[in-house]
Amino acid sequence: MIEVTGLRVRGRLRDCSLHVPAGRVAALVGPNGAGKTTLLHTVVGLITPDRGTVRATGDIAFVAQDKPLYDSFTVAETLTLGRRLNRRWDQRLATARLAELGIPLDRRVGRLSGGQQAQVALTLALARRPDQLVLDEPLANLDPLARHEVMRSLMSAVAETGMGVMISSHVVSDLVDTCDWLVVLNAGRVQVSGDIEDLLAGHRMMTGPPELTLTATVVGGSRTEREQSWLVRGAPVADPRWRTRAVGLDDLVMAYLRSPEAAALPRLTGVQA
Amino acid sequence: MIDFHLDRGSGVSTYLQLVQQVKQALRLGTLRPGDQLPTAREVVELLAINPNTVLKAYRELEREGLVVGRPGMGTFVERSIGGATLADHTRLRASLSAWVRQAREAGLADEDLHALFGAVVREVAA
Repeated sequence: MIEVTGLRVRGRLRDCSLHVPAGRVAALVGPNGAGKTTLLHTVVGLITPDRGTVRATGDIAFVAQDKPLYDSFTVAETLTLGRRLNRRWDQRLATARLAELGIPLDRRVGRLSGGQQAQVALTLALARRPDQLVLDEPLANLDPLARHEVMRSLMSAVAETGMGVMISSHVVSDLVDTCDWLVVLNAGRVQVSGDIEDLLAGHRMMTGPPELTLTATVVGGSRTEREQSWLVRGAPVADPRWRTRAVGLDDLVMAYLRSPEAAALPRLTGVQA
Repeated sequence: MIDFHLDRGSGVSTYLQLVQQVKQALRLGTLRPGDQLPTAREVVELLAINPNTVLKAYRELEREGLVVGRPGMGTFVERSIGGATLADHTRLRASLSAWVRQAREAGLADEDLHALFGAVVREVAA
């Protein structure tokens, strides 16, 4: 469980509040510069906020964006470092995981592929057997296949341990099917926080002729001479002149990011999702 | 055993795809009472999806009485769907294959096949 209340970090975060229940795989998305890294650093205790509180249950392991690995170390030496630096350390888990991934222990880290380096960094974090794993852009600079492999092995670890995960990314498609909680951060503010299925079920895309007036909670959309199209929150509009379709995670995130004044924070405001 | 796969562009939610694939396997007899469904971890390893999605699909199948979860052991098929036995399935499948070959020889495209099959199903039911 991660709970953030009224968080303020000067110039970076403004009054951020969110609650992610235990065992969830939460996606933290937002454009570059939105404050994702600052929020994660505050959650894991690397930054002391100017105002507000952070509560997280259990042990947190954190993997920073610039993977904290030494290029000149072998993989085995990297594990030794991890073992020496951490009180809780599962060497068997680490070696078994690397063997399964086919990463040789005697290889220098600098000679591994980007995907393998990401896996080593993830293995170091998992060997601490955390209750909560926090990953800052673990998929950045990886090719699509490596991204898939990292997410696959991460999901497998979640299946085995039931740990919670918070993972930041600016590529929403990487998080579809793997994350079950969504946090959208935009210009230092939390815009959305909620269960992904509830959010998708609670929004829809409505398209209709330009003269119609829409009576619904509009998040965002567009209007042309021939038609208007809106992403709305809440119950569908009964008027048959509106065509309704379900929204995907991409649609939802994009609509909120384009309308910074809109917000969906069901847990905090009681707004019907 | 069942081989799950995902159609990511289908618009059908992932959990529902898993439910539908188990039902399809039950109808075709590839899954039979007593068979074990893959563990959440096995499905996750295969599809790279959130384990909660697999558990949700299994809960739905359990709610419908099709499978039963035995703590610490796994999830097992409780009953099949449809009245036909495996022998019936094999026989019907053979005659349908023959029909499809004849239709193709007559120059029908796949779309025509589906349309004709659908029309006959509706006709006979009515």
